[in-house]
Amino acid sequence: MTRYLVRKVTIYLLTFFLAVTIDWIIPRFMPGNPIQTMLSRAALRAEAVEVMRGYYLKAFGLDVPVWQQYLNFWKAVFHGDLGVSVYLFPKPVIKVIAEAIPYTLAILVPAIILSWIAGNKFGAFAARRKWLDSTLLPMGYFLTATPYMWLGIFLAWGFGVALGWFPIAGGYSFAMTPNLSWKFVLDLLWHWFLPFASLFLVMFGGWAIGMRNMIIYELEADYSQYLESLGAPRRLIRSYAFRNAILPQITGLALQMGTIAAGAVVTETVFSYPGIGSLIVQAIQNQDYFLIQGCFLFIIIGVLLANFIVDIVYLIVDPRTRRGMIGEI
Amino acid sequence: MKKKPRKVKHEFLYFAWRNWKLRLGLLVVFFFVLLAIVGPHLTPYEPWAYVGPSARPPCKEFWFGTTMFGQDVFTQFVHGLYPVFLVGVLGGGLATVIGTLIGFTAGYRGGWVDEILNTFTNVVLVIPTLALLLILAAYLGVRSFFIQAVFIGCTAWPWTARAVRAQTLSLKAREFVDLAKISGMRPAKIVLTEIAPNMLSYLVMVFILQFGGAILNAATLDFIGLGPTRGISLGLMMQIALLWGALPLGMWWWFVPPGLAIALLVGALYITNVGLDEVFNPKLREM
Repeated sequence: MTRYLVRKVTIYLLTFFLAVTIDWIIPRFMPGNPIQTMLSRAALRAEAVEVMRGYYLKAFGLDVPVWQQYLNFWKAVFHGDLGVSVYLFPKPVIKVIAEAIPYTLAILVPAIILSWIAGNKFGAFAARRKWLDSTLLPMGYFLTATPYMWLGIFLAWGFGVALGWFPIAGGYSFAMTPNLSWKFVLDLLWHWFLPFASLFLVMFGGWAIGMRNMIIYELEADYSQYLESLGAPRRLIRSYAFRNAILPQITGLALQMGTIAAGAVVTETVFSYPGIGSLIVQAIQNQDYFLIQGCFLFIIIGVLLANFIVDIVYLIVDPRTRRGMIGEI
Repeated sequence: MKKKPRKVKHEFLYFAWRNWKLRLGLLVVFFFVLLAIVGPHLTPYEPWAYVGPSARPPCKEFWFGTTMFGQDVFTQFVHGLYPVFLVGVLGGGLATVIGTLIGFTAGYRGGWVDEILNTFTNVVLVIPTLALLLILAAYLGVRSFFIQAVFIGCTAWPWTARAVRAQTLSLKAREFVDLAKISGMRPAKIVLTEIAPNMLSYLVMVFILQFGGAILNAATLDFIGLGPTRGISLGLMMQIALLWGALPLGMWWWFVPPGLAIALLVGALYITNVGLDEVFNPKLREM
């Protein structure tokens, strides 16, 4: 168990190190010069440009040797100092991100957990049931193949525009100011529903299919055949198959985190939902490099934490990892 | 000696044809391939040309209607299909090749090579692909479909490497590999002639999955404005439609075709994959 955890944590620390390094390297060594872009956007006279350039070089800490810059970057990261947003000047990036995170978590966490549970139950139920299987399979594949943004656009159009049941943009009504009243909470939920639903549906398709395929493998396994030949009730065999099939689905959850994060980014964009995803797109459109770097770092940290939580769950669920029978998943 | 392989081949074709999933999946994929090839010749317009009244619903003249600016949606759609296949085949192919090479090397070599490659794979595996693509694409001024495909290929390989490594590990322990070793075959040749043929069916399926994944990744990148700076793609169509208020205006003909095409195409690829799995693996066949 310790070996398993040490291995995992080492990989996460390495990943974090690599991510921070990438975050530092790419803006500096990529073709194209952010400072030049900002200067040309400001459209100043020649002498003012030089002053501005000097100011920017100093402000971004580019006037010291490269290795010093790298160390400074690490220092800044640990102090939570990710620079100042250009697009939302003069707000610090960390503050901008902190305001967006609750919204992202509010749609992501329930969508992940609920779709995982519902998809697994449904997939297990549908496997080897002729009628359900032949309808579920194409539908599930269609859902999981749907680009996240398109399902979002489609739901927004159907339920937002055509039927008019739900709003299609924002985290809450523009007429309201955030406060702690029932009215505001209901308004939040009302805006929350469609982005949540579109994330939920795409993921649901994936889990249902994954589970269906796993259950079929398990039902073909020797232990299932043996139980069947003993005359055990089908429900019992299926429940054993389910317990075995759920393990790869837990690993799958960890593997899917990156894709899910990407799905959240585009879904938020569709609904102009004020989370990290919309923030990134705005940062890209406004070439706000500090904000892009900050969001990158936060997505990585989020995915690493989520992976770690999944690992812990796996430890709890699968006794073999605890006893060190399988070193690595 | 000569008769046996032929019989196996026929059996394979027999089960392939009997499998409705494989038939359905391939049919849809070929339909879109055909559309991508023939489509641009069916329409007299250019994708970005202003050719008609703005915001016209589908009609005889404009099969898929027109955009806010009077561009023909059908023309954009068929021209946008080509990059989908380009990025899918190139990006998916690259990911498959990188993943397979790393998986073979790690699995067959073992020892510290495996240790290093496996750790590297696991690290890249947890880095969210989109975040990496995002920061790369954001800083790269000029982008083309080719560069997009390379980016996607270089970030999508880890799960393939892991799967191939695991399979190689189990195949390595078989007797025929031992025999090849004793006969003095070089490691590269053992992998190529003894191990790889045994997982060929699996590699085909990996490529199909990577193909679909690359299409979805490209659409996501295009949609958040990090797609190629020139040309048209289905993801770009959706981005523009959303940006110019197709939603509140209810111009469904603008955003439904590109997304639907991607969903159908990738879904068809997945179903083809299940069909192939059943053809290759007799245990999974439906009775």
